[in-house]
Parts: sequence; structure tokens; C-alpha cells
Amino acid sequence: MRIPCPHCGERDVSEFRYGGDASRQRPAHGTGDLKAWHDYTFTFDNPKGPHTEHWQHVLGCRQWFSLNRNTATNEITGVVE
Amino acid sequence: MTAFKRLDTGGRIDRSRTLTFTYDGQRLFGQVGDTLASALLANGKMVVGRSFKYHRPRGFLSAGIEEANGLFTIGEGNRAEPNIPGTMVPLVDGLVARSQNAWPSPAFDLMAVNSLAAPLFGAGFYYKTFMGPFKKSWMFYEPFIRKAAGMGKADAAKDGARHDVEYGFCDVLVVGSGPAGLAAALAAGRAGAKVILAEQDAEPGGSLLSESGDTLERWRAATLAELQALANVTLLVRATAQGIYDGNQVVVSQHLANGQLLHVVRARTIILATGALERPLVFSNNDRPGVMLASALRSYLNRFALAPAARAVIATNNDSAYATAFALAEAGVAVTIAEERAVPAGDLLAQAAALGIAIFPNAGIADTLGGNTLKAVRLKGRHSVTIECDVLAMSGGWNPAVHLTSHGGIRPRYDEAIAAFVPGGFADGQFGAGAMLGHFGLLAAVRDGEGAARSALTRCGISKMPAAVEPPAVRDDRAYGIAVAADPFAVTVPGKAFVDFQHDVTAKDIKVAHQEGYHSVEHLKRYTTLGMATDQGKTSNVNALAMMAALRGLTPAEAGTTTFRPPFSPLTVGALAGRSVGRHFRPTRRSPLHDWNAKNGCTFIEAGPWMRAWYYDWAGATPQEAYVKEMELVRKGVGLADVSTLGKIDVQGPDAAEFLNRVYVNGFAKLPVGKARYGVMLNDDGLVLDDGTTSRISDTQFYMTTTTAQAGEVMSWLEYLLQCHWTDLKVHVSSLTDEWGGMAVSGPDSRKALQLAFPDAEVSTEALPYMGVKDISFGGTTVRILRLSFSGELAYEVHCPANFVTALWEHILKAAAPLGIKPYGLEALASLRIEKGHVAGLELDHRNSLDDLGLGKMAAKEKPYIGKELRLRENMQAPERWSLVGLELMEPEKKLRGGSILFAATDEIKGHGRGYITSVTWSTELGKFIALGLYNGGLRHEGEEITAAFPLKNEQVKLKIVSPHFIDKEGARLHA
Amino acid sequence: MAKGYSVFSLLRHALKPDTPWGLAWEKPTPKSSYDVIIIGGGGHGLATAYYLAKNHGITNVAVLEKGYIGSGNVGRNTTIIRSNYMLGTNTPFFEFSLKLWEGLSHDLNYNCMVSHRGQVVVAVSPGQLDSMARRGNIMRLHGIDAELLDRGEVQKLLPYLDYSKDARFPVWGAIHQPRAGTARHDAVAWGYARAASQLGVHIIEDCEVTGIHMEQGRAVGVETTRGRINAGKVGIAVAGHTSQVAAMAGLKLPVESHILQAFVTEAVKPMVHHVVSWGAELFYLSQSDKGGMVFGGHIDGFNTFTQRGQLFKIQDVMQCAVSLMPFMSRMRLLRHWGGIQDMTPDGSPFICRTPVRDLYLNGGWCYQGFKATPASGWTFAHTIAHDSEHELNRDYSLDRFEKGGELDEHGTGNWTYKQ
Repeated sequence: MRIPCPHCGERDVSEFRYGGDASRQRPAHGTGDLKAWHDYTFTFDNPKGPHTEHWQHVLGCRQWFSLNRNTATNEITGVVE
Repeated sequence: MTAFKRLDTGGRIDRSRTLTFTYDGQRLFGQVGDTLASALLANGKMVVGRSFKYHRPRGFLSAGIEEANGLFTIGEGNRAEPNIPGTMVPLVDGLVARSQNAWPSPAFDLMAVNSLAAPLFGAGFYYKTFMGPFKKSWMFYEPFIRKAAGMGKADAAKDGARHDVEYGFCDVLVVGSGPAGLAAALAAGRAGAKVILAEQDAEPGGSLLSESGDTLERWRAATLAELQALANVTLLVRATAQGIYDGNQVVVSQHLANGQLLHVVRARTIILATGALERPLVFSNNDRPGVMLASALRSYLNRFALAPAARAVIATNNDSAYATAFALAEAGVAVTIAEERAVPAGDLLAQAAALGIAIFPNAGIADTLGGNTLKAVRLKGRHSVTIECDVLAMSGGWNPAVHLTSHGGIRPRYDEAIAAFVPGGFADGQFGAGAMLGHFGLLAAVRDGEGAARSALTRCGISKMPAAVEPPAVRDDRAYGIAVAADPFAVTVPGKAFVDFQHDVTAKDIKVAHQEGYHSVEHLKRYTTLGMATDQGKTSNVNALAMMAALRGLTPAEAGTTTFRPPFSPLTVGALAGRSVGRHFRPTRRSPLHDWNAKNGCTFIEAGPWMRAWYYDWAGATPQEAYVKEMELVRKGVGLADVSTLGKIDVQGPDAAEFLNRVYVNGFAKLPVGKARYGVMLNDDGLVLDDGTTSRISDTQFYMTTTTAQAGEVMSWLEYLLQCHWTDLKVHVSSLTDEWGGMAVSGPDSRKALQLAFPDAEVSTEALPYMGVKDISFGGTTVRILRLSFSGELAYEVHCPANFVTALWEHILKAAAPLGIKPYGLEALASLRIEKGHVAGLELDHRNSLDDLGLGKMAAKEKPYIGKELRLRENMQAPERWSLVGLELMEPEKKLRGGSILFAATDEIKGHGRGYITSVTWSTELGKFIALGLYNGGLRHEGEEITAAFPLKNEQVKLKIVSPHFIDKEGARLHA
Repeated sequence: MAKGYSVFSLLRHALKPDTPWGLAWEKPTPKSSYDVIIIGGGGHGLATAYYLAKNHGITNVAVLEKGYIGSGNVGRNTTIIRSNYMLGTNTPFFEFSLKLWEGLSHDLNYNCMVSHRGQVVVAVSPGQLDSMARRGNIMRLHGIDAELLDRGEVQKLLPYLDYSKDARFPVWGAIHQPRAGTARHDAVAWGYARAASQLGVHIIEDCEVTGIHMEQGRAVGVETTRGRINAGKVGIAVAGHTSQVAAMAGLKLPVESHILQAFVTEAVKPMVHHVVSWGAELFYLSQSDKGGMVFGGHIDGFNTFTQRGQLFKIQDVMQCAVSLMPFMSRMRLLRHWGGIQDMTPDGSPFICRTPVRDLYLNGGWCYQGFKATPASGWTFAHTIAHDSEHELNRDYSLDRFEKGGELDEHGTGNWTYKQ
């Protein structure tokens, strides 16, 4: 699989670190109760289909970004601007 | 008398160059251009192996990559490789080949006794027996089964070959150099595209190599000449496209003289011109040596100049085998055709008649006769005649080589017209051409290849279209004309009719699988092991699927097919691993002091990716003595330790203080410039992520250290927070782990040492109090002195740019020599910290909370910090949580071990206990073994005597729970 | 038709022209209603159905499988069985499972080829050996077999590892569980199916569940590609698709689906007589009875349902193989494939009730589901039959994260993609 780094271009997936579902809403710092943090930290939609996710070009520019990938096909439809 | 004779003329072998090779210790001869298989046939070796289960004698079935029977161990010593098909091994001088799975030899194999028990060994027989009489009876039977299974032998020596990996890019990757592939490569090449043409054979040309006549050879040679003249075309031979991975990443493995080269190709487009593989026919004793595929016989004849000694029978259900028949007849072989169909095409009849070939219509093969080798065949049906022959060539039709198209998950589609599976589609950027599409014919292949190239060029955005590829001047492709027998189980003659030759799966086994309900194609495969041998079912799958479909009353289209998985053909593990093995398995990280350490009596230890200084040479002291001496050095004088592996992160920006204040559980907002603070960070889940000290260099700049193990994790975590969530914070983080190095100057004499080393710097306790930080300039370089202590003694860390570390280290050693300063290693470093009660290593194992580590008081009450909410979950606040304690050994004659399980004195010694020991050391200061551990309720039990159990060595010792701060609880030494 | 499998029945029938054996499991038409429906005809689902019938007398049970039984992870794993767990109910649970393995072939009258050849986990540092000692001690304190080996002892047992100076990570020692080993993975699915079928359980293949019917907050049946089927209780045991099926009942779970790859080489004569695992990186290998080296590594590391792995991970695993066992360099890879693992944040599973009444969950097995199959079926059957957890699965509840009850055996922290 090739990951389109918005800064460096397409690179092999092995250059990247995965950061999980990017659609989860992290409670703003200092807000949110135990349940909100539990839901954010531990539960996942885990869709079979379109998935927005964090990646870091850890062996490149080290920038984090989000992209849309279909988990049923691994097709990447683009970086989230 | 041998079944094959070498012809005096023709073929692609070089009769002027004779090669010597060894087969089972026997010296034999072959020619340049031979494969091991053709050379063995030329030497009269018809029986070259034994089958997996029944040890039946086997000869070559094919002349190509689909070979199921002729497997050898090639090479000797540390180059010996088992299970190599002889059909794919170009003969070279001195080649050493050994047969497999037979003793003493393939021709006379004592293991053939297995055949006598054959009735027992039907499909799934293992599952029904070997269960009794006891629960674990399988343990008795298994060694026998294991010994009987397996083909070649593995050799324990390190691989003598050298394998490499090359990463490449191209516009068009063409797989296969038959007529379709050549045409595709030529068209793409002419348009200027960057082309890689991969051919698994030693010679390019594919099916053309097995044809006769000058016309085709002239076309092949001309095409190759033009391709070789194009600088943008790379031709690889002995290079097999093994798998296509996401993003059109193709693995092409290439055999070179000294090993394999793995090409990992990122292809913008891929043209699959992989051809087709011929199917065997299923009849009784169809595995007798001398029975082979019709295409293989054509190959042996036309390419390797090997003809059956006198007589051949061709059994076919389609027109393609007639080419073999005609070529044989032209070479003077007496040919009979057993035609399964009622009426073959008229022109074929006429041509056969002209060549004196007898044709029996409606006449499949009933049985083969002979001993170890074929002597005759008996036809079925009303003919029921017996025909003597040297070779029986069979053609059950052709299977397009669709394997690579389905690696991406596209299932093949059954095409009734050709009675075979064709690609079910192509992934983006992939195209097919020729026989792999089910287009059987030379001109069709050339047209397909050219067309695919044009599609690929368009896909690549290359607008220049190439000149048309001129096809060879041959007559039009003839029809394939296949007619599959209606009932594949019309076999009534007793005797085994093999579907999967290597795994000894018979037609009857498929019937059994059906009757027992293993209907799905996957169940069939798994229950009978069909298609799971080294040939991966290349010749067996479709026959078997068609049979199962027939038994279920379904069409093959309805019954479906199994999934093709990479690699296309068995691929050496070493080739995939490349050079990243052994010493180079993973990068070795070395501190800037590594070379100095190596030259100065240091013993290293692997610590994750790092090589760290473990202990130094103390005039021949044992490792256990050495680290104790190093501890004493620090406790009583001054020592110098390499701490360059610590994670070091530069945190800068107007919001840097706010950022750290959020990340650490304790406050950093008000940390004064010139001061360091110990901090702990949690994950979102409230468990401890890492600890370290962070110093404030200026209002907007901080210098963070992390543990060695978590340096990378912490860096990414900080970047994640800043880039994904707290984008409003103006902070930038940069890793200095490699750019900077550091050393700890520890011990009561450490200040004196610094004064000697940096006479101009003010390092008095007033100028540089505990947790004070200052940058000095030394030798033109910034040197950062941090008054930190891991050992609990008066101590400093001195950090500086990596290229200056060794000079600084040597300078301190020299300047402080009058104090007796010496280096100390990781073992002493870790032991000193245990005495001081600093958590590290096994205490920071992602399972522990702040409170577990006795650090709960550090957490700020008011300010928010990461992990604050989930840190307060019910179980994590439970009083019976296991938390950090110090432990003293009460029985000095006994040994204390890490990983011991802790129990209260009155507990029964079983179950999970009340805790465990994380770290153990000899305490020079206390003169006894001490440990850190986690214990139920922690220090509430201080003073209690407990038991540490180490049942792995049947040991139990008595311990006392004490404060984890074994030395200097008040911190007087730190503040000295 | 022959029923019982034994060497005698085999001999009796061997010489007859036609095979005497009937269907290993019946292929019934689904009824309109069952007492219990198990979604998922993998190892865990089939085992659950078998133990529902055998232990609890609940035989009006259907196992619904969208493809063919055993098409998921039970037929895609590296077949290792072991009980070297040290946290909470993990320890007794996996040991109970190993005990069930020991008698499984007899119990099912189907040879699952349970091979107690032993597992050796090789440590590459003194600290790692201490961690392994902790685990081994916990095992011994539960009556589970475990032995601590030093480098010399490892070399005697596994002479083919790299003990030279070339080894990037030297062998420091190992922990050995002699009773651990392997089992024939497909046979486990087929054996449970056959035994359950004989007790009256309906095994229904090619029947995909497309919805869960709920009434007043209870699960009352399922919608399938073969029509609606009502049920008193519904159990989910679908591994990689746990999130999808649970979502049919409105549940969002601590599960993400990841791919784990597995590899097999061509068959050679016996060479590796144990299951060998490595401490340098997650890597494990055994030699099948057929002779192939069966091995694997870590998950690829990002959510996917594709069942096809990434090349870089393949290269990683091959590098592990050759670096630990140099002879592997000249072995030839025959096939590699992927299975979809239901990864949880702490690496431990769920066998529990759910917030929906009469709906039960068995999932989150990460990549340790195979060895758990018997105990998982046993305890899940108990949980369904009694509407309460068995003492062996009490830690496997859905609410453990809310309570701070993580069972993080690997000590990797709460990351589904790092477990």
C-alpha cells in the first residue's frame, strides 16, 4: 500500500505510523467526564468501508495527517484537508 | 532401452558444449540449453521421485513451473535447497542434484510399502483414527506420521547464498515473455515507456520456445533484438512475478548465480501475459512415469530435442495436443491419438492421416500398464484395445494462469466455452493478454499484447502511440475445440486415478470428500490436501473443482474456485528476507561513545535497538564483580556513565510551558528558567506512559528527556497532540536523541570532577543547586550541565552535541583522574537506581498507574492533564492495587530473583499471589540483596515479612517490605 | 452408513469399493425458530453449540455461517495451543482450554491431532528472561507446566537457532511449556461440527445474518439471507466482523479489525520439534505434521478487512525467521494469507452478556482465539445457558474498560493496533 503524504508525496506504508480512527471526537483538554473519555479511548465504529484515520509520516517529514481509506479494499480516496 | 532418445538435430540445445552433473552420486552428461529435467530424460532417468503418501514411482509430468513430481535437492552443503522442480533448473556444469522422499533410490524405494496400506489412506483418514487407546495417543503416532511426511530435507547450516532486494519503479511491468508479453513489451517500449519484462524461464519466448519452425523463431529473435536495443526496456530472465500487493506493488524473484534478487516493483501498470497451464486427464494409473502433459512432450521434443524412443500415445479432449502429435510424427515417432471427443475437426483428421497417425475417437484412457515405467495404455469404451508405447502425452485442456489477478481479491470467473477459469476482472492499472485471458492462439496473443500495451500507455498518460507490432507470418489461429467429458467419474477400472499428483489425491478421494459433506471448494482442498503441495495445485485444482461440481450437480461456475494466494511459485524465504538478517536483522543504534567504549574494555549488551555499555573491564573481574565495583565507585567516589541513549526532545514556542503542563501530571507552567523537574506522563487511559526530566532553558524553550525505551513513542505522541488536536498551541518539538549525547557524572566527588573539568564554570551548590540546569561554553561548544541524579548520589548530567561527546568524555576522565574517576555501565546504573527506588524498565510496563508506582502525590489536583479522568476509574483506585515496595532479602544465604511472585507470610503458595518482583540487585550500601516489586496494598504493609516464590527453581525466600528508597531517604546526598 | 470413527471402522471399510462414511455433519434446512442461534460457524461458534448441547442439554440450536464452516480464523491460524498467561482469569481460562484440548479428539471422536510438542519462548535479554520467569512462576503456581531454560539448555533443545556472533539478538534463555503444542486447525471446526450435529444442532452454511431483530430491548431473532429466524437467545461469535454484527443491535464495541498474516513453507522431513517463539519481535514457528514450517508475526497494524497483507510485514516476518533460524533461508514459502482479527485495546477477549438482553458476545480474540476455542465454547455456552458469566470468563466483560480492569498480557498499553 502507498500512503499519499500531503507533504512528501506517495510513499510506502512502511514509512508511516498508524494513529487510528480520526473521526473520534477527543474531548477538549480539561473537559469530558469519565464516560466521555472511556468512549473516546476504548470504543470504535470499526467500519467495513470508508474510514478516516490518522497517519504519521514517521520516517519522513514526521507530519500527522488524516486520510480516507476504504477498509474493505484498502483503496485510499484522499487526504483530509 | 530408454523411453526417450536425444535427436541428432533440432532443439535449442548446444551439442557442442557438454556439461557434467551429478544425480544421486552418479556422474551424468547434458548439453548447454538443457534443464535438469531434460538432461535426466536424455540419460534415461524416467523415475525421478516418489509420491508424498504412497511412495509411488513418479516421472516428470511437465516441462515447466507446474511440475508436481520431479523435485530435487539442488546443491550441496550450505547451498543445498530442497524441493526444487527439475524442470526449472537450467543445467550448469557441476550441478549436484539428489532425489527425495525415497530410500534407497527412486527406482527402488523401500518406503513403497506404504502403497500396501493404501486402502486405509483415503481422504481424511487421519481424522478418523490414531485417536486411541489413550487421551494423548496422537503423541505416540505423530512421530511416525511426521517421519513419513515431508519431501526433501532442510539443512541447518547458514545459507551460503546471498540474497538482495532491489526496489524499482516502471510504467509498464510485463509478466511473461511469450508472444503476448513480447508484443506488449515491444509496443510499450516503442512508445518510450519505462518497461520491465519479467520471464520466469532462463530464456525469453514462453510458448514460442516449444514450437518448431523458423518463422516463429525469426519473429522471437527480431522482437528480442529490438527490445534489447531500447534503453527504456529491462528484460529479466529467471525472474518470476510472485505476487501483486496493494498499490500495484509486484514482487519479482530472480535467480542469479550466487543467490536471488528480489525486485520489488512499483508498477504504474501491469500487463499479465502469463499464459496458460495444461491440465492432466484423470484415469487409472495416470501417474506412471512416462505419462506427461502433451505440452511438456512438445517442449521436450522441440526445445530439448528429446523424442520418445519409438511410440507415443496422445490422449486429448481438445485440438491443442494435435500439434504435439504432428511434431512427433514428423520426428519419426509412431503416434496414436486417443481422442475423447466424437469427431475432431476435419483438417486435423486429414493432417493426421497424411502423417500416418491413427485416431481412436470416443476413446479415453482406461488404464496404463507397466511397472515403474509405462509400457502400454489401454483405451476405454468400445475400443478397449491395448497400445504399447514409450510415452503417453495427455491434454485435458488449458487453465489460464489467472493467479496474479486474484491476489488482489478478484475471484476468477468460469468460462464454459473453454471449460476453464478466466480472470474475473482486473484491478486498476492491470491488464491481461493472450492465453491468460483464455485466448488460445498465437495471433490472438500478439494482438492482445499490443492492445494491452496501448491501454497501459493511456493509463500512464503517455500519449505517444507506438507503431503497430507486426505479427509473425503464420496462418490464422485454429479453434481450441475442447469438449470436456460429461462424467469425470466414468472411471470403472480399479486403480488409482490421480488428480493431485504430488499429494496423492485421487478421484476416489474427491468422491469421499463429497459423500462426507466437505463440499465447499475450500473444504475439499483442506480435507484432501488437494492443491496444497509444492506445485500449489497448478495442474490439479480445476480438475478437482470440476469433479466436485459434477458430484454436487452444479456447474463449475456455481461451485466456484479456491483463492489463489502469493507466491505464484514457492519462493525462498531468504530471498524475501534479503540482507536484513543475522547481524543486520535490525539497525543497531550506537551511542556516540560506542567506539571509545569498544576500545576501552567495555562489554556491551543489546538493549532494544541500542548497544549499550553493560560493564567495563576491572582487571579480569567477573561481570557480577565488575558491576559491584562500579556501584562502589559511584557511592564512594565518582563515576562516569554514558546516558546518550535517553530520548532528548527540544520543546520550543510561546506555548511550550502550557503544552508540558498538559502532558505531564505535575505542573510545568511555573518551572523557572534554569531548573529541571521530574515529570510523569500518562496515556489517555490513565496508565503511565513515560517519565523523565524536563528543564527550562528559556521562557519558550524546554529540554525534555525520556526513557531510552519510550523515546520514539513519546516523540510521536507529542507530535500527535500538537498536530492533530492542540493545533492552537504554538509549540514545536524536535528530537535531539541522535543529535545530542550525554554522560552522568555521579558520586560524592562529582562536583570536584566537574570543577576539575570545567574550571571556568561555577558549579557550586549555590550556583547550580539540585535540579539546576546551566549551559556553559566549553571548547567552543555549548555544554549543558544538569544537576540530576539517577543514582541518588550528588550527580550531574553533562549533555552536548553528539560529535563532541567523546572529546568531552575523555576530557572529564582525564581532568578528574586524580579523583579516581572511571566509567560505569548499564548494570551498575540500573542497580544504583534500584537502591534509590527510581522506577524504570519493568516497573514502567504500561500496566501501572501513577499510584501503583507510588507517584500519585505528584499529580496536580487542580490543573487538567492527560489521563486525569481515566486514572480515576474504580479499579485503578482500589486499595488492593499492587503498588511499589522495596524488598530486602531476609535469608542472606539464598538468592533473590526477578520475576518471583510475592505472598503474605500466611498465604498458601499458589495462584497469582499478591505481587511480584520487578528488579533485583545486590546493594553495596546495605550489603544484601534488595529488590523493587509491586505488592497488594503496597507500603501499607511496610515492615511485614513476606515470601517470594520462584517455583521454576523450587525456591522460596523470606523478604521484608521496606521503603523503595533504600538509601538517603531524606535526599541529603542529592542536595549536598 | 458408518458412524463412529476408529481404526477398526477404517479397516472394516477400507477394502469396500465405495466409501461408507456419511455426512460428517448434517446439512439441514433452517427452521423458523430455535432456542439459541449462534452467529458464526467458526471454531468458537461450533464449540459453543456443541457445549450448549452436551453440557446444558440445549439442543434446539442453530449455528449460522455466512460461508462454509471454518472459513474464518479457525482455518487461517498457525495452530498453536498453550496456556502461558499470567493475568487474572486468563491463567485458569487458557489452562482449562489446554485441558480440554488434551481430551478433545476422544470427546469429539474426531482426530484433531493435538500435539503436545511443547512451546519454547526464546528470551533475548536478561530483563526479558525475568519477565518470562514471572509468567512461568505464575503458571507453576496454577499447576501449569513451565520450565526456565538457560542458553545451553535452549541450544540442546533447539540446535538450529543462531548461537553465533552474527545473531543480532542473542539467546539468553527461554521458557518452555512442554504441554503446549499444536492442533490440526480445520479438524477442530469439523470435529465440533460433527459432534454438535450428532447431538441435534443445526449447522447452516451459506446463511449470512443481515440483521438482528429486537423487541423491547431484547434480541428475538435474526434476519438472514435465507429468511428470518427467531431465537430465544442470540450469541455472536464472528471474530473479524464482531463490530459489524454487534452494530446490528446498536452496539459500539472496544474492537477494531486488523489483519494478521500467516505463512507456510514447503514440506521437509522433521526438523523443528517444538513450537518456537521469539522475544526479539513477535514471531512464532512450528513444523506441521505434513512437514511445512507454519509461522507468523505481528499484525500489519491498521484496520482492514481485506484478508491480504502488506509486503513490508511479510519481509519483516521472513527476516525474523532467517535471523532466529538460519536454516529457514533455504526453505521455500509456499503460501501466505491473512485473517481478520478482532483486536481489543488490552489484547484480551470478551465472553459476556451485552447491554441488549438475550444477546451475548464472544469476540475480541485478537490473535489468540485458536488456543481458546474449547474453553471459549464451554464458557460461552455457560454464559448463554445461565445468563451469567462462568468464573473462568468473569474478567472478559464489556465494561472492564470503564472500571479499569484491563488485562494487558503484553504490556503494550491500550492500543488495538499495537496489541
